[in-house]
Formats: sequence, C-alpha cells, structure tokens
Amino acid sequence: MYQWDFGILWSYRWLFLNGLGVTVGFTVVIVVLGLVFGLFGAFGSLSRFKAVRLLALTFIEAFRCTPLLVQLIWFYYALPILAGVEMTPITASALALSLYGGSFYSEIIRGGIISIDKGQSEAGAALGMTPGQSMRRIVLPQAIKRMIPALMNQSIIQFKNTSLVSVLAVPDLVYQSQVAAHDSYRPLETYTAVAIAYAAILIPLTILVRRGEKRLAVSE
Amino acid sequence: MSETQKIEIRALRKSFGSNEVLKNINLDVAKGGVVALIGPSGSGKSTLLRCINLLVVPDGGSVRVGDTRFAFGDGAKLPDVKTLAKFRATTGMVFQHFNLFPHMTTLQNVMEGPVTVRRMAKADAEKLARAQLAKVGLAEKADQYPATLSGGQKQRVAIARALAMEPDVMLFDEATSALDPELVGEVLNVIQQLASEGMTMVIVTHEIAFAREVADRLIFMRDGVVVEEGPARQVIDNPREAATRAFLSHFHRTGALPPANAAS
Repeated sequence: MYQWDFGILWSYRWLFLNGLGVTVGFTVVIVVLGLVFGLFGAFGSLSRFKAVRLLALTFIEAFRCTPLLVQLIWFYYALPILAGVEMTPITASALALSLYGGSFYSEIIRGGIISIDKGQSEAGAALGMTPGQSMRRIVLPQAIKRMIPALMNQSIIQFKNTSLVSVLAVPDLVYQSQVAAHDSYRPLETYTAVAIAYAAILIPLTILVRRGEKRLAVSE
Repeated sequence: MSETQKIEIRALRKSFGSNEVLKNINLDVAKGGVVALIGPSGSGKSTLLRCINLLVVPDGGSVRVGDTRFAFGDGAKLPDVKTLAKFRATTGMVFQHFNLFPHMTTLQNVMEGPVTVRRMAKADAEKLARAQLAKVGLAEKADQYPATLSGGQKQRVAIARALAMEPDVMLFDEATSALDPELVGEVLNVIQQLASEGMTMVIVTHEIAFAREVADRLIFMRDGVVVEEGPARQVIDNPREAATRAFLSHFHRTGALPPANAAS
C-alpha cells in the first residue's frame, strides 16, 4: 500500500505558486488574444469578399486541424529557421496558443452570429440601420448570449492547454511540478496536487459563468 | 401625374437563380393611398413589397419612393450601404413574424430606430416611443419584454416601432398571417386607423374582407405578374379575370376559408 505524504510538497510552495502565476497569467493573455483572433476569423469568414473569406478559412483550418503540440514546437523551432523570426519560448507559445484558440473561437463566434434569425437583421435594415449598426445593436447582443457557454468551454480547454508550454521550458505550473517531482521523488503527490490546483481554479469559474448565464437569460 | 404618386415602380424584374419571381411589374401608389397586394403564395407579392424598401435588390427596372429614385439593371450602379440605410429609414415595414428585438423591452424596441438611426436624444426618443405605444394601445406594456406579449400585441409593438421612424410610407408583409384568428382584429384596427390618418401604405394580405374595406386599390398577382388591378371593391366584387375569380372563390366575403367542398 502506497504511503501518501502531501506534507513534503510544502517546501516547494513558492515553486508551485510561481508556476500557478505563470499559468494563470498565460491563460489571461491567450484568451484575450485568442478572442481578438477569433473575432477577425469570424468576421473574415462572414465577409462579402471571397478573398477575405478564403484567408479566414485558411487560418481557421490550419490551426484547428493540426495538433497544438506540433504548433508550439513549430513556432519555436521552425520559424527561426524558415523565416528568420527569433522568438523567446514565452512569445512563441503565447502566439501559438492564441492562434490555436482563436481558430476555435472563430467558429464559435461565427456560429453564434449565423444562429440569429435573419428577420432580426432585416428588421434592423428596415428601420434604416447600416449592416454595422444592426450587427452591433441587434445581432451581436443576442449572439453573444448564445456563444457564452461555448466560449467558456473553449477557454477552459485553453487554460488546461497551457500545460503544453512546459515542452518549451516555459515555467508554468506543470513545468515547475516536474522540477518538484524530480527533486522530491514524489510524482504521485505532486501531480495530484497539480490536478487539484487546476480544478480548484476552474470549478468556481464555471459556477460563476453559469450564474451569469441565468441572469442574461432573464430578458428572453 | 407622377407628382401625386408617392411610390412609383417601373418595369421591375427580380429572379432568384433561374426562378423569375417578378416579371416587368409597374405599380403606382398615390400619396395617402392604400394598396392591397393579394395573390397565391409564390406569386411574388412579398418580393415586390421587399423591393419597395430594397430589402430585396431588384435585377432591373426602377423604384421611386418620395424624391428618391433608384434604377437597376445593366450599367446601373448598386446603391452603397449608407444610401440604402438612409432610404430605408423613410419607409416603415411590418413583418409576418414581427421580428421584434427579444433582448430589448417593448419601449427599447420602439426607441431603437430613433436613437440609433436618427441620433435622437434618449429622452426625446422615449417620449416619442411612449406616444407610439399609446397609439397602438400598449402604453402599459412599455417595460415588458416581447416574449411576454401575445402575437397581436407583438405585432402592434412592431407597428409602433416602424411608426417611431415617422416614415412616409408603411409596408405590411402579411402582418396578420402568423396570428391566432381572435388576435387578427386588434392589428387590423391599428392598420385601419393609420389608413384613416392618411398614411401611404402597401399591404400584402390574405384578409380579403379587410382589403376590400381599407384599401382603395387592389392588385392581384400571380406567377410574378400583375393579373388585375383596380378599385378594391370593384376587383373583389366583380373580378374581370378568370384567375382573379378563381383565387377569390377560395374566400368568403368575411375573409374566412369556405368548407373544402366549396373550393373550385
């Protein structure tokens, strides 16, 4: 029978906290940047111009249909060789993760927009709104409500995806716990604690979003 | 002649793919006139209505409402979005399925056009919106969301929303077709009131009795062409064309459907 000893992790607390800080900070950056890429991707794929649609589609499918781990390595190792673009591991992984997330956000945002009945934008147009005004005032406020669960879901995945940046030696929570596990010879305790740390941050967040959804739904 | 016409449509053509839905349509609506468009489904009457405010862009011909005229077809440049928006702001439209904005209260729905399109101050827009809601008999529903209203109430809000833009022309696209029978009357009353106030209107409807009552001209369409037109009472009571007679025989004078065996 295995003797659990979580006490031993206490001496690594600063290492874990450091790693957790990097993970959370990274997530904030890649969610925000990813949403920006996602907006571009969504509106690009809904554009009136074929060239823009094609460009957006290429971006979406290139990042949606290749493994994230490959993208991370590619951004860090291949770009310097092919394009002469040198990047720190942090920049390379932030960019790869944001673009990867952005490709999924694109599809969520696009799906939300086209799920709104055509009669809504027609009613806006009939009042004399420009397409931009009816998008901003009529379609998006309704579409965002429908997107929130899916956007949240994708952001949760993004939070956990940050664990992959450890392959580029970015000192996130997983990378730091590898250090702790090697040092303490206690991988079971270490990774159990890491799993709990991820869940302890995500579960309250999901509860918060669920509450927010209910409040938003009142007006319908 | 054309000076007194509020709406003037000439040689209008529209196809969806290979399906030609409007074939060389001409239509005049006098200032303050009420024109009813009737015809079987697929006759092109809704498309024609949507061409008047360019919600559907025609392939050929011309559309004039008030002082604004657009020509379509070979060599004609399509109007840009700003020009289109400005033009549509002067025509009000009411849809079969209401198309109210579900994320806004009744009051906000009616205020939306004045605030966003006309850049009216919120306070002024609210005053205007409350007045329009009162006009359609829904002043007390101002703070409710559309989802809590009956179909008839929704359509009255939609009419108030269109009127808040103070349009020159009102277009009704089967405004009562999605309503329960007992709710049709309240919407027709509002339309009738508008007619008596001298609003220029084009009404696509299946309510033959109502068309006879309210419209001064009636147009019967089939397969993308105007089959017959004339004073509403005359066309309904004594149709000249066999196709008009056949269509009208599906209705009693009350506008209700006859028993199945009475249909021709």
